[in-house]
Amino acid sequence: MNVFKTLIDGHDGSFKPKTLTPMQKLTLRFVVVGLVYFGFAVIEGMIMRIFEVKPLPFIPAKQFFAIMTAHPLVGIFGSSYSIVFGAFLFLVPFLMKKPLWSFRLANWTFWLMTIGTFVFWSAGFVSHYAPLYTLYWPLPADFAQFSALGGAVFILGIAMAMLGAAFFVVNIFKTITYTPEGWVKQPAGALIASALGWTGLKNLFRKKKVEHLVPLPVAAVARGSVDVAFNSGIILFTGVLILVYMVGSLLGFDLRRTAIDALLYKNWFWWGLDLVADGLVLIFVAGTWYLLATLITGKTLFMQNIARAALLVELVVSWTVWSHHLLSDQAQPAILKVASGEMVTAFELITQGLAFFITLATLWSARPLKMTNPLKFLIGGLLGFALGVPAGIIQADVGLNRILHNTQWVVGPHVHVAILVGLSLTLYAAIYFLFPILTNGAKLFSQKLANIHFWAQLLGGIGMGAFMGMAGLKGMLRRTIYSNGEFTIYMVLAGLCGALVAFGFLCFFINLVMSVGLKGLLGLFRRSSLDKDALLPTQE
Amino acid sequence: MKVDSTVVLWGQTLAYTVYCIAMILVVGWVAWRLTKPGKAGVRPALFFTFVAFLTVLGVSLHLITLKTIPWVEPDLHRARVQVDRTFDIRVANHEFTLPEARLVIKAGEKVRFNVTSGDLTYGFGVFRPDHSMVFQMQVIPGHKNDVIWQFHKPGLYTIRSTEYSGPAGVAMIIPDAIEVVAGKSGGRP
Repeated sequence: MNVFKTLIDGHDGSFKPKTLTPMQKLTLRFVVVGLVYFGFAVIEGMIMRIFEVKPLPFIPAKQFFAIMTAHPLVGIFGSSYSIVFGAFLFLVPFLMKKPLWSFRLANWTFWLMTIGTFVFWSAGFVSHYAPLYTLYWPLPADFAQFSALGGAVFILGIAMAMLGAAFFVVNIFKTITYTPEGWVKQPAGALIASALGWTGLKNLFRKKKVEHLVPLPVAAVARGSVDVAFNSGIILFTGVLILVYMVGSLLGFDLRRTAIDALLYKNWFWWGLDLVADGLVLIFVAGTWYLLATLITGKTLFMQNIARAALLVELVVSWTVWSHHLLSDQAQPAILKVASGEMVTAFELITQGLAFFITLATLWSARPLKMTNPLKFLIGGLLGFALGVPAGIIQADVGLNRILHNTQWVVGPHVHVAILVGLSLTLYAAIYFLFPILTNGAKLFSQKLANIHFWAQLLGGIGMGAFMGMAGLKGMLRRTIYSNGEFTIYMVLAGLCGALVAFGFLCFFINLVMSVGLKGLLGLFRRSSLDKDALLPTQE
Repeated sequence: MKVDSTVVLWGQTLAYTVYCIAMILVVGWVAWRLTKPGKAGVRPALFFTFVAFLTVLGVSLHLITLKTIPWVEPDLHRARVQVDRTFDIRVANHEFTLPEARLVIKAGEKVRFNVTSGDLTYGFGVFRPDHSMVFQMQVIPGHKNDVIWQFHKPGLYTIRSTEYSGPAGVAMIIPDAIEVVAGKSGGRP
């Protein structure tokens, strides 16, 4: 089979989109859109990497900061949320052994996330609305620097994505608790108690333990979804607040910006925003590690009761750690800095460390294992968080934050190593695992490309984070432009490592396209004639 | 030796580098051993030891920095600290307004920088000529933003905004805005 034919028909013609159920197609659509937006984030990241080496004459500063504003939002909402939502909308019914509560609502989530991301990305690209994702008050309402109209469209896009996220949460909780037609009445209260950890908590004080009704990975999805709901609510509310100022400006009224207390706002917004980085991501990732470890090994999870308890602790911890983002804010009360910013934040070292150990111990219990793609990427993901989380704990210290805050250290060894290595490799492990299930056994085009993808993303991600971190320790700030070559050597090296990540992603993308073919890819977006309640096609 | 940000960051670099190398080696070893036959069980004692280790590590990091980094305690109790000199600095329209053209400080003096913003959230950072950071803080509008610092090395220092305040904020740099001269603690460049 020649390359052109493979590109059109897929590898060995093994992918047949007509055989897919609507749920399989929807999940794969989420993955495709998530990967396309990951490509957006990679291209934007590379533009910024090059710009940090030497500012490009054809990209003005306001365009650069618009890219910097869109980059994390496209990466988180457009890419990670899409992939995670698609996977969990499939896996929760799969593990609960009942249909998804609402296929239609899942479709709404898909379109709202997809279109919402494109709307805020393009609004930023065209209007250069660039208050960054932190939106420190009153910058998002500073219409001397930004267009109110462009900002209003930007906020509309974010609101659409948040609405999609809220629909996802409703669908997950309803799927856990509802009674499908013709079924015996499901104990909704007991199911929700099990999913949220209330049953486990009460078990600590009971002689006769109550059985968990919800599998551990579903409990992780449910608890992470609580943070998704809070996060969506806070971002939506904040968006409406900013929108009021924008509409006022468009109508010719200059609303008083001092009506909003900048510090209170910063606390409020970071409380909600931090639920992504320190809440749902860590909880979803731990749940995904547990699921993959048990599926890869066929064994029960090591210390599964403690794992379940740790997920609940992580949920509570995620509500109380926001102050580590305000350690350099001198008006922030010292008690909040020490208690929330330092001490509770240190718990994340423990909860994430437990998840790391439990996953490795579960894998160890099934030795010898074949080094498959899911296992390889899972171990890479574990390493990413093992490197990235302690880097975050280091900067969440009153003394060290004084000399690390807003430096490249924060975005290098902490953010990018955790995301590009920890989160991304975990998601790729899940994609490689689910690929044959979701495609009814389609064959991967090239194992060699999969290996290149793994090593390029692992080494590129760690290397990029390391060189950014070195620059940060030498005083290089984030969110600014250096025009005199102050940190060129570090930025060249970080840029080369970033290019390696981009190359790895390209290999992965080519591998997937060649596996399913362009016809297969288009087939994903055609309506399925199979039963929408069926997750997988029935065997004949 | 006076402990400053250079010393602290060297210590951090060393500790984190050693940790990263050790972690990469451990995960690499586990990945390799996972493919080999052998004893498969993991003892719960090892797990609980690991949990205890993480707990000690998480708490001790902050206790160590509290006792070894000289600016932590005065920072947490700023209102009670007597200073030798206070500089009131105002920021508005992406511009710092200093009380004097150059802030002259004697090495060893305790100095309070009191920075207020008239519009946006900014940052206030002090940097050495090699661009390395001495310290920074956030400057929030409508609130008191102050930091106490003791310089020990004579020389010229640059003030720069360390927080993004829109594209116009990139230019918020005043080279050689602070001059530290030999004084209270002597000091060498």
